[in-house]
This record gives sequence, C-alpha cells and structure tokens, in this order.
Amino acid sequence: MIFQHLPILQILIPLLAAPLALLLRTPLLSWALALVASWASLAVSVALLLRVLAEGVVVYELGDWAAPWGIEYRIDALNGFVLIIISLIGAIVVPYAKRSVEAEVQDRRIYLFYTMLLLCMSGLLGITITGDAFNLFVFLEVSSLSTYVLISLGRDRRALIAAYRYLIVGTIGATFYIIGVGLLYMSTGSLNIGDLARLVPALADNRTVQAGMAFLTLGLSIKAAVFPLHLWLPNAYTYAPSAVTVFLAATATKVAVYALIRVVFTIFGGVDLFEAFGVHTTLMMMAIVAMFVGSIVAVYQGNIKRMLAYSSIAQIGYIILGLSFDSVTGVTAGIVHLFNHALTKGGLFMAMGCIALVAGSVRLDDMAGLGKRMPVTMAAFVAGGLSLIGVPLTVGFVSKWYLIKAALEQGSMLIAMLIVLSSLIAVAYVWRVVEVAYFRDPPDGDTAVREAPVSMLVPMLILVGASVYFGIDASTTLDIAGAAAAALMGVGG
Amino acid sequence: MLALLVVTVIAAVRSTDLFAAAILFGIYSFLTAILFMDLDAVDVAFTEAAVGAGVSTVLLLSTLRLTGRYEQRHKHSPALPLVVVGLTGAALVYGMTDAPDFGDPEAPAHTHVAKRYIEDGPRETGVPNMVTGVLASYRGYDTLGEVFVVFTAGLAVMMLLGTRVRGGRSSGREAIGDLLVLRVVGKVLIAFVMLFGLYVQFHGDYGAGGGFQAGVIFATALIVYDLVFGEADARRVMPHIWTERLIAIGILIYLGVGVAGMLLGGPFLDYSKLATDPVKGEHLGILLVEFGIGVAVFGAVMSIFNAFSGLRLPSEGGRDDV
Amino acid sequence: MAFPGLLNYWFVVILMMIGFFIVIAHGNLVKKIVGLNVFQISVFLFYITMGKVDGGSAPILAEGIEVYSNPLPHVLILTAIVVGVATTALGLALVVRINESYGTIEEDEIGAMEDDA
Repeated sequence: MIFQHLPILQILIPLLAAPLALLLRTPLLSWALALVASWASLAVSVALLLRVLAEGVVVYELGDWAAPWGIEYRIDALNGFVLIIISLIGAIVVPYAKRSVEAEVQDRRIYLFYTMLLLCMSGLLGITITGDAFNLFVFLEVSSLSTYVLISLGRDRRALIAAYRYLIVGTIGATFYIIGVGLLYMSTGSLNIGDLARLVPALADNRTVQAGMAFLTLGLSIKAAVFPLHLWLPNAYTYAPSAVTVFLAATATKVAVYALIRVVFTIFGGVDLFEAFGVHTTLMMMAIVAMFVGSIVAVYQGNIKRMLAYSSIAQIGYIILGLSFDSVTGVTAGIVHLFNHALTKGGLFMAMGCIALVAGSVRLDDMAGLGKRMPVTMAAFVAGGLSLIGVPLTVGFVSKWYLIKAALEQGSMLIAMLIVLSSLIAVAYVWRVVEVAYFRDPPDGDTAVREAPVSMLVPMLILVGASVYFGIDASTTLDIAGAAAAALMGVGG
Repeated sequence: MLALLVVTVIAAVRSTDLFAAAILFGIYSFLTAILFMDLDAVDVAFTEAAVGAGVSTVLLLSTLRLTGRYEQRHKHSPALPLVVVGLTGAALVYGMTDAPDFGDPEAPAHTHVAKRYIEDGPRETGVPNMVTGVLASYRGYDTLGEVFVVFTAGLAVMMLLGTRVRGGRSSGREAIGDLLVLRVVGKVLIAFVMLFGLYVQFHGDYGAGGGFQAGVIFATALIVYDLVFGEADARRVMPHIWTERLIAIGILIYLGVGVAGMLLGGPFLDYSKLATDPVKGEHLGILLVEFGIGVAVFGAVMSIFNAFSGLRLPSEGGRDDV
Repeated sequence: MAFPGLLNYWFVVILMMIGFFIVIAHGNLVKKIVGLNVFQISVFLFYITMGKVDGGSAPILAEGIEVYSNPLPHVLILTAIVVGVATTALGLALVVRINESYGTIEEDEIGAMEDDA
C-alpha cells in the first residue's frame, strides 16, 4: 500500500510534520521531527525516481478524480530528479542547521523555524510533483511565503528589507504567472499541464496563447533569478541566516527553473517556439550576459556570501544557456547542472555558515589566515570553488563539458569559448578567497585550530564529497538528466 | 461600474494620506465584490468582501497606526516604471485581441473541463453549490494547499511580530473606551455574528459560503469582543496559545480526512470511501474538510490580529524585546 | 475587431496596470502593498469576467435554471484571494518590523541609511 501511495507520501510527510512541529513547541523536538521528516522524504524521492526509471511516468490522481477535472501528480525523469535534489538538500541541511540556527535565531522561535522550513520544503516538493498549472501556483506561494519569512530571520536588519523586496518582486512574478495561466485557460479551458501540452500546438497562432506564454515565462524567470530579473537574489542570500541561504541557494531557484522547463518544453513543446520568436537567441544572450556579469561582479565583493550569490546568478546563466540550445545535449547539460550546482553551492554556503559561526564574520577582510585556523572548512571551500570554475574531477566540469559539447554540436566555437572565458573569471574570485585565507597571517598571529562543530562539518563534507564523487563518476546523473532531456525533446519533436 | 473602479484607484494612487489610501482601497475592494455579484460569482463576492475589503483594510490600518500616516512626496521621475507598465499593458492588450467575447457560452473555458462540474458536479458530490463541489472535492488538493498558505501566513506574522503581548496588559476597559452603548450593542452583535458564522460554515454547500468565509466571520466576532471588552477578557475566552493550536488542528482535520480516504482504499483526499454510498461519502468529506478550513482560518486570522494589535507605539508604554 | 465584446477586458487591463504602476513607482512600503493588492484584485476580476456566461446565473443548482456561469474560475479566485491576503499580512508585518528598525518606511530614506553604513 505504501508503494501505491508513494507519490502522495512525498508531500504528505513534510506537510504533516509542519503542524506537528508547531504543536511540539520545543527546539529539540521540532528539530528532531524535521530530521525524521526530511530523511523520510529523501527515501521516498529515491524510491519514486527508481520507480519512474523502471516503469515510466508515474501518475497519481488526488481525490480519485481523473485529470483534467481533478488534480494529478505526474512524475517523469525530470521532476523525479528535481524531487531528489530538494529532499537531499533538505535532509542534509536539517542536521547542519541545528547548531547554526541555535546561534542565529532566538530559542523561543526555533520551533517556528523548523515548522517554516518544513513548509518551505513541502511547497517546493509540491511545485515539482504536480501536473496542474494552477496547483503549481498555490505551492509556489507556500514555498515563497515561507521563504520570505525564513530570510527575514537573519540577524542583520537588512534581512528585513531583503525579505520585503523579495516579497514584492516575487509576488509580481507569481501574479504574472497567474495571468499567464488565465490566458491559457481562456483559450483552452484546461489547467492540466499534460492537457495543455495537447491543446496548445493547435493554437500556436492564437495571440492569447502567445501572451500567456510570455507571462508564464516572465513570472517564472523572476523566481529563477534569470538575468535581468535577478535583483532580489544577492541581498536575500547575503542577509538570510546561514542555514536558510544553504537551503535556498540549493533549491529555490532550481525549482523555478524546473517550472520554466515544464512550461517551455512540455506545455509549449509542440510549438516551434524557438524558431518562431527568436526566443532561443534571446534566452541565449541573456544567459551569456548573466554568466559574465554575475562572475565579474562577484570578483568585487567584500562580503563572501554576496560574492557567492552573484556567482549563483552566473551559474543560473549556464543552466539557461544549456536550455536555450534546444538540443538533447544542451538540455541535458542544463538539467544536470541543476543537480551539480545544488551540491556545489550548498557545500560552499555551508562552509560560509561554519565561518560565520566560528569567525563571526563573512567578510573577506576578516578571513585572513583562515586556512590555518579552519583547515577543514577552507578545504571544503576550495573544493567547491574548483567546482564553480569547472575544474576536471568536479561536477562543475561535467556540466561545462556538456555545455561545450552542445555548443560545438551547433557549430558555435564562439559560445564554447565564451563558456571557457567566463569560467576563468571564476578563478579570479575564488583565488581572492584562497589568497586571503592561506597566504595571509591570521590577526594576532592566532593559529589555534578552532573548527566548526562536527554536526556542521559532516553535512558540508558530504555535499562537497558528493560534488567530487559525481564529478568523477557522472554516469548516473548524466543518465537521468539525459533521459529527462530526451523525454522533453521527444514531446517537442 | 468599471469606470467607478478606475476612478477610485486613481484617487488612491495620488493620495499621499495613507489612511485615505487604505480606505479607498477598501472601497475598491468592496466595489469589486459588487461587480463579482454582477458576474454571478457569489462565493467570490462574499469572500472578497470579507477578506479583501475586510481583513486587508484592517491590516493596512493596523500597520498605519504603527508606521505613520503620510507618504513622502516622490522625487524620482516615473519614466522607467511607466515604460515597464506600458510594455506589460501592451502585451496584455495584444493577448486579449484573440480572446473569446465576453460571456460567450461557446468559449473553450466553458466547454472543456468546466462542463462536467456544472452538469455532473452536484450529482457526483452530493452538493448543489458547484463552487463548493469543485473547491472541496474535485480540486480539494488545491484547497489543501491554500489552507497551508493560511497556515504559513499566520505563522509568519507570529514569527515576525512576536507571540506575546508587548507593553503590559490592558485591562477590561482599554481598547475603545468604556462606553455602555458599545457593550450592549456589542454583546448582541457578537452573538448574531457568531450565529451567522455557523450558518455560513454549514450551509456553504447549499448556498454561498464555506469554511474560509466562516472562519473570517467567526474571527470578526471575537475581534469585536476584543475591541469592546478589552484584551484581557478576550484572552480569557481565547488564549493566544489556542489560536496557534487551532491553526494546526484545522489543518490536521483536513489532512486527516484525506488520509482516512487513503486508509479506506482510495487515493489521498478521496471522500467517496468515507461512507457506503460514495455520494454521501463525498458530501461528508466536503463538510468535514470545510470545517477544518473554518477552524484553521479562524486561528490564523485571530493570530494575525493578536500579533498586530499586541504592539504598542513607544509612546504607549514599553516594549518587551521579542 | 472584437472591441465591444472585449470592453470589460480592456478595463481590467487598465486596472491591472494602475496597480502594477503603484507597486513599482512608489517608494512608500505600505503604498506598494496597496498597489500589489490592486494589481492582484484586478487579475481576479479578469478571471471572473472570463467565467461569466451570457444569461447564466450563479453556479448553484436550482430549480428552473438552465444556464450557469462557470464555477472553475470562481474556485481558482477564492484560492487566489486567500493567497493574496496572506501575502499582504506577511508584507505588512515586515513593514512594521522595518519601521521599528529603521524608523521609516520610505524606500529612499532606507537606501540612504544603508549607503552610509
């Protein structure tokens, strides 16, 4: 029976845990509940993906009403993969968060923190697993609202402003999305993604449908921080509590990109959009600009969390670039980078959380000599940095390799070179940190090793380790991403 | 009608008196509710009036009490925003040109999915209010998500503004002042409002209404009590910890119904398994679920009200750090 | 063109744009939220306008009524209204906290304070 209900369990577990965490009220119990819930979710998502790979698309009808009259879950290789990303990061962040949150959030509020985190997780999972366009909006708002609050818990008062700005921009994005859904509904009468995919191609010349696509894409691009709609991201990542930044950086934008993929490739897959509108070229150009601007601005940041945030904008650019190639290789590159970047950035921000805890600051100037004082953390940081650059043996390399392959397949040496060039810029900003941490003396000559607690080091090392492991043996991730890409492109023809 | 709306909104834009803007917004919301009635959307009109014109406006006013009444004159040129708005508007207009005519019964929106809700809905769900049928059953999962949004918001406001009363307790006379008229009228009004709330909750499957509206109405009754009789008395009726718990309980009721369906053999949220006659089961499920919604919404609105009203300006007394 | 048949929609678009304008052009944090709400409510109007059927009545089964308006947009908008007010509550709570921290809710002033920092 569990097997048949696997899809709903994915959502039900965190969803049930949230009100329970609220009723439990103590920091320890709510944390423990979050731990159990997140690990259980991870188990479920692995089981689900295995099932999808074995059986094909998994469908679950809620309320026993068939779509499009009812809402259904529809899980294929793509969202099965994304589900794992979310639950994996969740499962690793909760143990990490224990000490980090204790240091950064008041005791009285900790149970609320974990309740909110569980809600956020449910929201993100809900977006990923649903087959209904409006339902996506509802869970998008669950995840967004919880995100705004989680960000606002940061110690710096700028966290409040960052949260407010994100709320305004995010709600505009969500409203655009809803306008898009409305326009599509107006012309097709359906809200179900699969159904829309069937109905849309015949209406490709219908202006309402076209406007619908524009609004859907715009709304989701805001949430995914696609350049130039990324302005909310740097402040949100910088001022949020450390554990929150880890979780968000590794999941929130990935899920928004997933939703974007669903809209562009599944709903509009049957329409030869890319040709028709030059969407393909526009996206590609925006992506390339993101790659460069993000990396360049990162070099000039004095606050390392902010530096990593700008780096994320560049990395999202890589993902969008892959998608804009509109080829199986390109889309595979984009999808696999969702996973790879989650690992890399997750690990990096975890390192920053450790530094924040022990050194009390995330500014570059305060990181002098950290290589000696926090050897494990800095080693993890370096490994993450190498992955950002795309050095072989890291996951970053795998993604870039496929991107370059996709570019060459389309005969574009230029783009391939641009990819390499922007990666070199990453060397600059990673090197800055390395230089200060390893080649400068610590203040007061204090070389005593004071590392972060084990409960924070271990999750960090797991993520960093994974980013190396999957860089060496990328066959699993590439297979899954490839299967997902093929399925998507197959719809498009 | 629509022109009236536009006028109201423009007035709100230009006003720098935020209090006026808030009230104008309330009027805008209310006018929209009337428009909804005109467009046959009775449930929506009801909810918009209660939630939009009611709750939102109250929240705005509560905020303004704490932050100041006037807006600064703006020095920036509105050029960039105008461009953005212009482009967006143009895109929308472009999109509308291929839209089906207003009211056209042959529009895809009416002939595809919605047809079944109208033709078979009451029969399949046992409930004549088609909106309730879709909301609580066909698309019950969406509504579950919505309740979670309510949960998140209530929780969020509690986290942001603190869960304790700040700046000392107010005894029975505080809030509006000790006026006999208020107390007498208040008592009658509150009783009536509560009765109405119950009606809306349980009659929502036959007429307009349902859990959300009922939850808000009930909360209104208690808020009136709080305003007239003071916070201390209100807290004895409904301690703050209970408002927090009620949100969780309401949600668990909803989830519970869904899980019950699972345990009895169907997928999550399948109500037909709840009774031997599937249609009766559907009806029962809908009632229970709506009740859960009512409880959760009540808890959330009360929590939000408590959070906002528990704050004091520095001049009104000290503030505990939260 | 189908102008007269779409008149309602044109009005809705105008309302949407006014709301949108308020959000992005005004610097007062509370005003922005008002604008956001106006924007959202006009989107609701869009959906409900879409749901109306000529000669239809409210979608509650009743004797003698043949034509009903479409209940689906109603359901969607009920959800959207609730989501909207949830966002408003959250946004305003943030504004209150910002006011406590910064002493102002004007974006310009806050920006200036942060630049000096």
